[in-house]
Amino acid sequence: MSSPAVLSAGARTTPHYVEDPIRAAVVLTMFWGIAAFLVGVIIAAQLVWPQLSFDSPYLTFGRLRPLHTSAAIFAFGGTALIGTAFHVVQRTCRARLFGGEPLAWFILLGYQFFIVMAATGYLLGITQSKEYAEPEWFVDLWLTIVWVAYLLAYLGTVLKREEPHIYVANWFYLAFIVTIAMLHIVNNLALPVSITGTKSYGAWSGVQDAMIQWWYGHNAVGFFLTAAFLGMMYYYIPKAANRPVYSYRLSIVHFWSLVFMYIWAGPHHLHYTSLPDWAQTLGMVFSVMLWMPSWGGMINGLMTLSGAWDKLRTDPGLRFSVTAVGFYGMATFEGPVMSIKAVNSLSHYTDWTIGHVHSGALGWVAFIVFGTLYYMVPKLWNRPGMWSTRLMGWHYWISTIGIVLYITAMWVSGIMQGLMWRAYDELGFLQYSFVETVAAMQPFYAIRLLGGLFFLTGGLLMAYNMWRTIRGEATLAARPRPALAA
Amino acid sequence: MPTKIEKDTLSGRDTTGHEWDGVKELNTPLPTWWVYTFYATIVFAAVYCFLYPSWPWLNGHLEGSLGYSSRVELTQALEAQAKSRAVYVDRIRATPLAQIAKEPELLNFAMAGGRSAFQTNCMQCHGAGGAGSPGFPNLVDDDWIWGGSLDQIYTTIRYGIRNADDKSRQSMMPRFGVDGALTGAQVAAVTDYVLSLSGKAKATPEGAKIYQEQCVACHGAEGKGNQELGAPNLADGLWLYGGDRDSVYRSIFYARNGSMPAWNGRLDEATLKMLAIYVHALGGGR
Repeated sequence: MSSPAVLSAGARTTPHYVEDPIRAAVVLTMFWGIAAFLVGVIIAAQLVWPQLSFDSPYLTFGRLRPLHTSAAIFAFGGTALIGTAFHVVQRTCRARLFGGEPLAWFILLGYQFFIVMAATGYLLGITQSKEYAEPEWFVDLWLTIVWVAYLLAYLGTVLKREEPHIYVANWFYLAFIVTIAMLHIVNNLALPVSITGTKSYGAWSGVQDAMIQWWYGHNAVGFFLTAAFLGMMYYYIPKAANRPVYSYRLSIVHFWSLVFMYIWAGPHHLHYTSLPDWAQTLGMVFSVMLWMPSWGGMINGLMTLSGAWDKLRTDPGLRFSVTAVGFYGMATFEGPVMSIKAVNSLSHYTDWTIGHVHSGALGWVAFIVFGTLYYMVPKLWNRPGMWSTRLMGWHYWISTIGIVLYITAMWVSGIMQGLMWRAYDELGFLQYSFVETVAAMQPFYAIRLLGGLFFLTGGLLMAYNMWRTIRGEATLAARPRPALAA
Repeated sequence: MPTKIEKDTLSGRDTTGHEWDGVKELNTPLPTWWVYTFYATIVFAAVYCFLYPSWPWLNGHLEGSLGYSSRVELTQALEAQAKSRAVYVDRIRATPLAQIAKEPELLNFAMAGGRSAFQTNCMQCHGAGGAGSPGFPNLVDDDWIWGGSLDQIYTTIRYGIRNADDKSRQSMMPRFGVDGALTGAQVAAVTDYVLSLSGKAKATPEGAKIYQEQCVACHGAEGKGNQELGAPNLADGLWLYGGDRDSVYRSIFYARNGSMPAWNGRLDEATLKMLAIYVHALGGGR
């Protein structure tokens, strides 16, 4: 290596990092976050008051729901991942991004074009009807091009790194980029009806199609929403806490066990279906074995805070990240439990699943993104801190209450729904009809809507705070203000 | 690159000596509880795979020592459920409808079974409480188009109305306006006459004349209808497709002729009987 070991990192030369596309990604992430939360609130309201679709085909739940999920996962989550991946890989490799600004802009803007094409397609009814893989063939092809460019930029940077070792965050980001490419291509293999038309027919059919779809679907959770955001956690939590990562060995063991186990877990989405029993068994046992590999990340995230817990009082951004790790631990325990067939026979097709997904999506993914953005924004725009720390605190509590309302409502609603479906009266007849279960769930749908509104409100506070910070006003704390009575 | 192992004063652990942008790592061993819990899940998985169908190979898979099959499990569960009801179901099948209603124990079972079947198969059109909606008859009032006796209700459920079943109830009101039998003005006149039967409009001589020529054969001189023909009562103020002037006008101009599926074949004999008893008891059975 060129630089002698006696020098500390600060004294070594820092390359000229690519930054503008990352700044753009931060702003776009915030924008897509608000969009995703807003559409989520709208469809939550539609479930309470179905007439809110206004009898318009463009506003039906069936079209808005993929708009919400794609906006949350791919637009909000994906843009955050692209931005942070560029930010993390350059700094931990001490190398300018491979391909420089042009490639970074192509990836970021190309990805935004993918989002817009997918979203407008949903509203117009252009879909291949595969959950989380709704975009049609031409959108899929475009994303493939962008994704290969993404891999190229990432891998190129890692290969030309100035550091001797590859930091753990980069393993996770790379696992995410490589695996998503594989999943995306295999699940979306399709034959277009015509080169000028939007419609295509998938290469798979029947139970093979279902199996591949959920191999894709579950690993979208595993690699997009878990591995990649663990990469985010592994850089931003030690940075914000200013503490070393708790255990290098744990990071190795849980990384390899996580990526090895996750790829098998998909069949637990197809318990008690026409999927052969042996595949259901494997899906279940690998999900159960996934528990500790998932928790390895939680342990490393939380224990990195040892010696720095006091920072949670003063840094709401770090509080977001640490709470995210807590929700991550909860969701990755709940997941294996729900994959056990006996539990799944109650939970499957109920709102419990929706609650589980949202403790992951809101509690883990969104919170780790919030924590990360609160760390990145002042750094990227050279500000002393966020415009208002108090507003960050408000955001934290409003969002946390929102999540708690959401997931508890869905737990109660889901378990009630599952129990009502399987209830027999004393003469051996089904006790409830489907519509009676729907009527029983309505109050909980209203609570869920309230939780969603809280979460959206928090997001708006963050966007405002971010805007004021970027505009470059003095931080609120730095200005004199009257002492609070409390 | 040479590494620089340091001691972290807070935890007392050594670092690995690597550093990335200021981030270091501690060389903490794996938490023991983590390792053993991980092992425990692996043991659980291995045992489960031994007991249940699991690892595949080219032309088969490990069957599992329990001989489990989810298909067999489902069949057995359904059979057990059917068996638990068998005593009553067999008696219902063998007992005439009128007799079932007289035996409290059987009636109780038939009401429960009828309700369950109604909630699954009928409420989509007739509503959870049987109150119907426009185009789908109300089953809780005493206004019956094809008759409200137990046997008549049973026949309606079994064979349905205006469908492809050989024994389906059939009748068809002509499309007086569309097919040119009456002009728009004539339809309007007879609409007023029909509404006058329940006192909701003033009849004109022309409307009365048209009614006598075109409608009386099925709906009767006083508009009381004819259940043999499925011709609704026009004088009771109860309307299947709406009783405002516009709706009645459309009923005459275009005709309606709604249909109901035949449930024979979709539901077993006992369920058909239980449904008839349940619907009969909903409120308006004769």
